[in-house]
Amino acid sequence: MTDETTIQDARPTSVDLAAAFEESGVRDVLRELDETLIGLEPVKSRIRETAALLLVDKARRQMGLATETPTLHMSFTGNPGTGKTTVALKMADLLHRLGYVRKGHLVTVTRDDLVGQYIGHTAPKTKEVLKKAMGGVLFIDEAYYLYRPENERDYGQEAIEILLQVMENNRDDLVVILAGYADRMDRFFASNPGFRSRIAHHIEFPDYSDPELLHISERMLARQNYRFDEAARQAMAQYIAARRGQSHFANARSIRNALDRARLRQANRLFNEARGPVDADTLSTITEPDLRASRVFRGGLDAGLDGNRTTGQQAAE
Amino acid sequence: MKLMQGQFSFLPDLSDDDIRVQAQYAIDNGWAVSVEYTDDPHPRNTYWEMWGHPMFDNPDAAAVVYEVNACRKEHGSTYIRVIAFDSSPGWESIRMSFIVNRPEVEPGFRVVRQEGEGRTVRYTIESYAMREPEGSRYA
Repeated sequence: MTDETTIQDARPTSVDLAAAFEESGVRDVLRELDETLIGLEPVKSRIRETAALLLVDKARRQMGLATETPTLHMSFTGNPGTGKTTVALKMADLLHRLGYVRKGHLVTVTRDDLVGQYIGHTAPKTKEVLKKAMGGVLFIDEAYYLYRPENERDYGQEAIEILLQVMENNRDDLVVILAGYADRMDRFFASNPGFRSRIAHHIEFPDYSDPELLHISERMLARQNYRFDEAARQAMAQYIAARRGQSHFANARSIRNALDRARLRQANRLFNEARGPVDADTLSTITEPDLRASRVFRGGLDAGLDGNRTTGQQAAE
Repeated sequence: MKLMQGQFSFLPDLSDDDIRVQAQYAIDNGWAVSVEYTDDPHPRNTYWEMWGHPMFDNPDAAAVVYEVNACRKEHGSTYIRVIAFDSSPGWESIRMSFIVNRPEVEPGFRVVRQEGEGRTVRYTIESYAMREPEGSRYA
C-alpha cells in the first residue's frame, strides 16, 4: 500500500508541454528538418503533428493516463528522389529524442536483405535484420517487392509474416517504415491488409516543383563549394523543366546526377581551355555551356539513342 | 537443487527486463552477446550448444531478449544462459555469463567415490539428470 501512495505522489499533476518540447530536443529536429529540406510542406506538417501527438502521449503517460505504446509504424509513399530516406533518418532521430526508440539508429533494407534464396533461408535472414534494427528504425525501401503475387511460392510472403508478427509483438522495440512509389504501395497494402491495419501513419511525399528543384540544385552545389553563374542558373531552370518531361525522372536524384555530369564537363572544359593559372572562382563556377551540353536539351533519351551506352537513368542525364 | 553458475545465480530468477538491462550493459561495452543452452548442468561443461550466432552487431538488447524467448520456446526445459564475449586483445574471453532459464525440476548432484591405489579415494560429482540419455533429461 505504501508503494501505491508513493507512485501516486510521484505522478505530476500537471505537465508543461512547452518545457517538455524544449527539453526533449524535438525543436532542434524540427528546425533542422525545416532548414535542410526544401519544399515537402505536407510531409513537414505531418511530422510536426506526429511529434505533437507523441509529446502529448508522453505527458499522458507521465500522468498515468495512457499505458499502451502507440503504434508508430509508418509508410512513406512518393516518387523516387523525393527525400523519403532523408526524412526517415530525421524520423529516427525524432523518435529517439522523444524516447520511443532506445537507440535511434536507422537500418535501411530492401527485399534482398530480408528474403532468402532457398527454403529455410528467409526466416533467419529476416530475423537477423529485425534484431539489428531493434531499438531503432527499420526502413524498408521499395517494400512492395516483398510481395510477388505472380509467384505463389515466393519466399517474400514468409518475410512478410515474420515482419507482421514482430511489428505487433515488439512494438516497444522497433519502428518499421515502409517506403515506395504510391501506386505500387497501394496495391501492396491492398493485397496485405495486415500491413495497412498495423501502420498508423501514412505520409505522402509530393513531387518537387521546378523552383524547388532549382533551389535544391543550388543547395547541392553550395555544399560542394560550387556555384552557378547567372546564365547557368537560367539554363538549369530550363533543364529542370525539360528533364521533368522525359523518362526516368527522379526528382532530386536526377538533379544530383545532372550536377555530377556538369561538374565533369566543367573539369573537362577547364582542362582544355586553361592557359596559365586558374583562380578559385573559376574552379568553382559552373557555366552555361557545362549544362547546355546535356542531352536533355536535345530531347533526351527518347529522341536520339546514339551509341550503345544508353541504358538506365544515368545515360538520360 | 538450484544450479548456481555464473553471475546473479544467488538472486531470484531474472525477469526479461533484467536480462535486457544486463545484456545492454554488455553491448555498451562492446562485447558480443550470445545465447546458449544445455541439458548437462555439470560445472565443468564449458561448451554449451549455441542458439544462433553471437550477436556482434546488434546495438540494442531487445534482440537478446527476443532470442532468449525464442530459445525458451524450443528448449524451455533445459538450462539457457546469456554470455558476453570480449574480443579485445588481452581478453578474448567471456566477460559475463548468467543463467536465464532452468528446468522446472533440478535433481541436483551426487558424490561419486572412486577407490584408488592404496587407501586413496577420488571424489567427483555427477548430476542425477545425467543418468538419462541426452534429450530425455528433465522430461
